[in-house]
Amino acid sequence: MKKQMKGKTLLVTILTIAVFAALSVGAEAVAGNVSGMSMLVPVLKKTAVYSLIAVSMNLLNGFTGLFSLGHAGFMLVGAYTYAILSIPVAKRAGVYQYYDGGIVQFSIPETFGNLLGESVGTVVGMLITLIIAGLIAAFLAWLIGLPVLRLKSDYLAIATLGFAEIIRTFIQYEGFAPLTNGSNTLRQYASFKSLYAYVIVAGLCIAVIVLIVNSTYGRAFKAIRDDEIAAEAMGINLAKHKMMSFIISSFFAGFGGGLMAMYMASVQAKSFTVSMTYEILLIVVIGGIGSITGSIIGTFLFVGCSEWWLRFLDDSANNIGGLNLLAPGFRMVVFSIFIMIIVLFFRRGIMGTHELPDVFRFLRNKIKGKGKGAAK
Amino acid sequence: MSETVKNVLRVENATMQFGGVVAVDNLSLEVNQGEIVSLIGPNGAGKTTAFNVITGVYQPTNGCVWFDEKKIIENYPRGKMKKLYQGQNAGKYTETLSPSPDKITQLGMARTFQNIRLWKGQSVLDNVRIAMHCRRTSNLLTATFRLNAKEEEAQTKEAMELLELLGLAHVKDELSTSLPYGQQRHLEIARALATHPKLLLLDEPAAGMNPQETDELTAFIGRIREQFHLTVFLIEHHMDLVMDISDRIYVLDFGKLIAAGTPEVIQNDQKVIDAYLGVSEDA
Amino acid sequence: MELFQKILPTLLSGISAGGQYALIALGYTMVYGILRLINFAHGDIFTVAGFVMFYAITAMPLYLAIPFTILVTVLLGFTVERVAYKPLRSAPRMSVMISAIGVSYLLQNLMWYVTGGQAQQYPSIPWISGKVMVLGVETKVVTVITPFLTVILILLLVFLTKRTKVGLAMRAAAKDFETARLMGIKIDRVISATFVIGSFLAAVGSMLFFTNYSTVSPTVGMMPGLKAFVAAVFGGIGSIPGAVVGAFIIGICENIIRSLGWSTFSDAFTFALLIVVLCVKPTGLFGEKLEEKV
Repeated sequence: MKKQMKGKTLLVTILTIAVFAALSVGAEAVAGNVSGMSMLVPVLKKTAVYSLIAVSMNLLNGFTGLFSLGHAGFMLVGAYTYAILSIPVAKRAGVYQYYDGGIVQFSIPETFGNLLGESVGTVVGMLITLIIAGLIAAFLAWLIGLPVLRLKSDYLAIATLGFAEIIRTFIQYEGFAPLTNGSNTLRQYASFKSLYAYVIVAGLCIAVIVLIVNSTYGRAFKAIRDDEIAAEAMGINLAKHKMMSFIISSFFAGFGGGLMAMYMASVQAKSFTVSMTYEILLIVVIGGIGSITGSIIGTFLFVGCSEWWLRFLDDSANNIGGLNLLAPGFRMVVFSIFIMIIVLFFRRGIMGTHELPDVFRFLRNKIKGKGKGAAK
Repeated sequence: MSETVKNVLRVENATMQFGGVVAVDNLSLEVNQGEIVSLIGPNGAGKTTAFNVITGVYQPTNGCVWFDEKKIIENYPRGKMKKLYQGQNAGKYTETLSPSPDKITQLGMARTFQNIRLWKGQSVLDNVRIAMHCRRTSNLLTATFRLNAKEEEAQTKEAMELLELLGLAHVKDELSTSLPYGQQRHLEIARALATHPKLLLLDEPAAGMNPQETDELTAFIGRIREQFHLTVFLIEHHMDLVMDISDRIYVLDFGKLIAAGTPEVIQNDQKVIDAYLGVSEDA
Repeated sequence: MELFQKILPTLLSGISAGGQYALIALGYTMVYGILRLINFAHGDIFTVAGFVMFYAITAMPLYLAIPFTILVTVLLGFTVERVAYKPLRSAPRMSVMISAIGVSYLLQNLMWYVTGGQAQQYPSIPWISGKVMVLGVETKVVTVITPFLTVILILLLVFLTKRTKVGLAMRAAAKDFETARLMGIKIDRVISATFVIGSFLAAVGSMLFFTNYSTVSPTVGMMPGLKAFVAAVFGGIGSIPGAVVGAFIIGICENIIRSLGWSTFSDAFTFALLIVVLCVKPTGLFGEKLEEKV
């Protein structure tokens, strides 16, 4: 019985990801052939990447109740690790033009490409590099977590925020420039081209987070969120479990940072500011703190609105009448007002702490119930 | 006291001082294997503070606690407290031993809370299952990839049995906070039992219950003692329950132990009567 | 004497920066004291004050522009509290903090929209933009004025909290919000007053800061805002003298680090200091301890 269940969970996961991958292939076809859809693929790519990052933040802030604002720091570490380790050797001289090609003189995707054949090897190499990016972020989380995780709510928020800023300073520091390229951009590294690659990789990561959330450890995290004192009294080691959640969250933030580097094609430390953490936090809030499907829906709406559907608000050619409201930046103003409305009046976000399958189940039962009522 | 009786809990000269306020003063008591022992006293006597010291929530200012014949907690006045300390036995204790509450729970001591502390967002069943987390053998990897399915299944089954026992099986999927007050108290007990304790500490389990519910609870506590080979240490204000159920009683007033003994002894102890009723001026 | 001449500019600009941080930090610390809320939008209110001054000076003479800027900033602080924080009075603390982050995001986007994202040259204010010689070192007048102005404003604030009815109500609310409310203190008015005072100080702080810094851009207030917050934590959040002492220490340390050629690390230093303080003495220099009852 239980084994069946286990098989079922696995099957559902794989099927879901496969469906999304198929849909993304479809989306690419649509974007190529239908006019006005040119933004579809970039938006979906960004949604895939940001979904993973938002879900990883939700694991910490939503499921464990640790209000951390250091996410941009871990994403930065992930993005830089990925970029540094995967710039092809031949292109290093160009990227690190001020630092004699830098001190890293290998490229993991390239090495694996040579080892296992161009197409397979490169992908394997890229995945391994992403995992390394996650591991380094996780290691950093461990170091930071030792002093910081003892702090409570807002103190934790401000301390993690501080650490993210410290990380950014060190990456931009001239002394490390042969490694990090200082304050210059990193570019020309290997990246996924098709949408479905982003969808599959991000999907698998999110699936792992879902599995963790629904495991006995996930339940312990939620217990810590709901009542720390009771959790400790019932034998849950607070320090250990908080650290675990922090490390897992940071691993996926680093991994997601690597994916983000791929999507953006070039990275620069100065863009990973506190504002980026705020944006991701707002995504999580829109979707519902403590809901994974909520975070994904929230990401789609956030990315769609900010990159695509509200674009017309930025174009002064669209002004009607004497009002000259529409101008570059107006889109973000409308969008932030929209966010404030959610924050103030729909505090539980779109999904609250529910998941999409719960909602379906609820609706199904309701319809069934109605059917029965009618039969009577 | 006979030689064969085994101590489960022994508190030795425990003093708990918050700044200059002495909440528990030189408290010594023992709870033996299989006993039901009550700690009573007027409001503000320091009963819950004593529980918090025993379960590791507070670090005592001086004194020590033994559990299962092993010393688990010890402290002596240090730093700022050195000057402020007003209790006795200064210098008797020289070690500092202060495990966090979760370590103590893992040793086999579980508690309920006076002001119910259930996990609000979780279902009734999950409240019990989460308490079993500390008895897991799985690690993060095996748990994530469901290689611990057997253990999960066993835990769920046991959790259901516990809910059955406490009459909560039919509400297993409800949110813990949606239960009526009495059932929430029951769930707290189920949750404590789920950690597989040897010693169960109940902090006012009958608070807010009507006489009938209290009677049921009395019978129930006796039953679980037999079934789980438990030792029970409880704080309670319902004297019917206390006198009915207790093998022995300790009475605390203003942080000090004023009496100890069987229910009959306590009922006739003048000091206890004074503490509860107050001493009139012309007496 | 030569050494003195070397150190003096650093010290002067350190004290001056400290004074500016102090004016912002007071806004943080007073709000935290009463609402237990990190008002993440405070740094942005400070920046808005910079922009308002920039636009006001083009439309009116200086002696009107200054009070106008202060008035607009105060109104903004008041409105933000009424719209974004008041409805969440009974909500969990995390929700209010998120609301503050939302306001910060909104204000930044609004400033970007209005200004087109460009950094603007801050107008020079005749009395304080000029140069002056101090003990043989040339420096801006603002550098010298800042610490004095800061001290005067703080003394006024201390007088307000210690000697007036509003101040008494503020202290009561900070001590115990619920009880203060039960005792008939009109808590909403007290909170509004706190935001008004905080915004007023931020507006004055912004005039001093931007005269020194010379350009205003939508996100420029974030760092000084965060640093002022660190100062407030360092001094013990909720404590007025704590915030001031913290701000001066941070301002001076930062300028010493800059003068040693480590300016890259001046921000990092501030946060490192914050983390050390939080880990060693989370209540800061003058803070009070809060404990949860079991």
